[in-house]
Amino acid sequence: MSNLLLFPILIPLIVATILMLFPNKIKMQRLIALLGTIATLAASFFLIYKVFNDGIQVVTLGSWPAPFGISMVSDLLSGLLVATASLIVLFVVLYSFPTIGIKREQSYYYPAVLFLMAGVNGAFTTGDIFNLFVFVEVLLMASYMLISHGGERSQLRESIKYLLVNIISSALFVAAVALLYSVTGTLNMADLAVKIPQIENTAILTVIAVLFLVVFGFKAAIFPLYFWLPGSYHAPPMPILALFGALLTKVGVYAIMRTYTLFFTMNIGFTHELLAIIAILTILAGCVGALAYFDVKKIIIYNIIIAVGVILFGVSQMNEAGITGSILYLIHDMMIKAALFFLVGIVAVIFGTSNLRQMGGLIKTYPLLGWTYLVAAFGLAGIPPLSGFPGKLLVVQGGFEGPHFWGSIVILATSLIVLLSAVRIFIYAFWGEPVETRPLKKSAYRAMLIPSIILVAITVFFGVGAELFMPFVSDAAEVMLNPSLYIEAVFKE
Amino acid sequence: MKTNDVMLQTATKVVTFIILLFAVHIFFAGHYTPGGGFVGGLLTTSAIVLLMLAFGIRTVKKILPINYVVMTSVGLLVAIATAAASIVFDVPFFTHAYDYFDLPLFGETSLHSALLFDIGVYLVVVGVTMTIIQTIGEDE
Repeated sequence: MSNLLLFPILIPLIVATILMLFPNKIKMQRLIALLGTIATLAASFFLIYKVFNDGIQVVTLGSWPAPFGISMVSDLLSGLLVATASLIVLFVVLYSFPTIGIKREQSYYYPAVLFLMAGVNGAFTTGDIFNLFVFVEVLLMASYMLISHGGERSQLRESIKYLLVNIISSALFVAAVALLYSVTGTLNMADLAVKIPQIENTAILTVIAVLFLVVFGFKAAIFPLYFWLPGSYHAPPMPILALFGALLTKVGVYAIMRTYTLFFTMNIGFTHELLAIIAILTILAGCVGALAYFDVKKIIIYNIIIAVGVILFGVSQMNEAGITGSILYLIHDMMIKAALFFLVGIVAVIFGTSNLRQMGGLIKTYPLLGWTYLVAAFGLAGIPPLSGFPGKLLVVQGGFEGPHFWGSIVILATSLIVLLSAVRIFIYAFWGEPVETRPLKKSAYRAMLIPSIILVAITVFFGVGAELFMPFVSDAAEVMLNPSLYIEAVFKE
Repeated sequence: MKTNDVMLQTATKVVTFIILLFAVHIFFAGHYTPGGGFVGGLLTTSAIVLLMLAFGIRTVKKILPINYVVMTSVGLLVAIATAAASIVFDVPFFTHAYDYFDLPLFGETSLHSALLFDIGVYLVVVGVTMTIIQTIGEDE
């Protein structure tokens, strides 16, 4: 079964195509979308099992030999991310049933979500830098549709910004790929990892590496390229926001992780130093935003930016602790962001607004929601033994072992701000004088709360049982630290 | 004011068929020489758009009652199925097969599974471009 690693891309693609045939049968749409995501999740788990036991899985499309054909490579990093992404899409689909509304469901909502899933899984799996561009375009096309889906005024306004920023960054992406090709003569990532160390003129390669940092930085929302994110992510409805917040920026983060560990390692003194500084600035900028706003969506959105900084700081250290930590934190962050958006979404539905100042006293009427949110908020801040803790601990350790101990201090200090910003929602929305709430059907409330609680429970398990996942994560980090493993796997066929 | 479009309509009646035939030619020229599903699809679309310009969207909808979204979906399925056939034969994804056959009239012809993939591409291109043009056109 050499094609196994393609299943997490193919299943959503086929299911989405089938769903396009009958947009109006909502029950069938829901059922098939749900089955499709479950099948994708199962395939990705099987893939992790296979990679863990048999080593890195590679298939080069069309039976071409490796540097000429497009290689799809699944190591543990990509396998873990594909599984996490599939898990989140499954929960987003479940959460969409009560929240997204029949009108949206009838206009190709589920196909768009599944196309997005195919693009994200493809971007995590591909071993070819141009193919990465193609998969990023696939997921961007789906995201263009989702961000404007429903056509509300604010959605249309923000989607224009989103489109412009992404088209510009995509154009830069192609230009950067062309430059890289003109210097190295190859686009296969494993082949790049072989050829780049042989090139003596590292200056031009450093320029290209920084250009790629800009390109991926737009997608990952690093400082100062995050300006488009808070506005654009604020516009779409909550399930779409959860999907974007959990997955889209992480594709950019993954691309930086992959390129900066696999082949842009010729001038670590400059590029990784730059990455570390930008990562810290990203954290600081995110903190300012997270404290400044009184809008529950905005607060969590700025926390996305903070997490991107933490993950990239771990990567920039290029040591075992830092990279293991960043992988753990990346997986944790994808899940916890989706869970937080779900919970905040319920709060926003109950009050009919996302403005914190108009909220209060929810703990008496919705106690379970309150305590679940508190657990998720503590997980976000990294309070042991919840899921944010092991990842952040290792990233901080990596910083102290590496040259940027000051970065670790900033991360530790800003953890308190993250905690403050998340708990502030708890204080304002759940404590204080009860405010008049909108009537919410018990069944709808339950349908929203159950997927959120299960997702929070999974993150708690991921934190408490981190020891169980460590073999997988440290194997993933080993491949990132030894590019030769990756190269051998691609060229052995 | 009603414009006089007799010339346009008369020319369109002839030109449309030339374009469609050329589209078929380009479509089958694909793979070994320049051409293929993408260009063929665009040419077909241009023929339909010409019809729309000359006779109006409603008339064209009446003579070509096609749901272009379904067409896109079917095309995608054909393309994916061709590529995914490699899974059944347990060879890397997208591996194509071809052989030479003696066909009546054509003589010895090379038949390539890429043609099936191209049919999918053709349907997707026509479906997507027509959906876009119809959506924009109906807005007036």
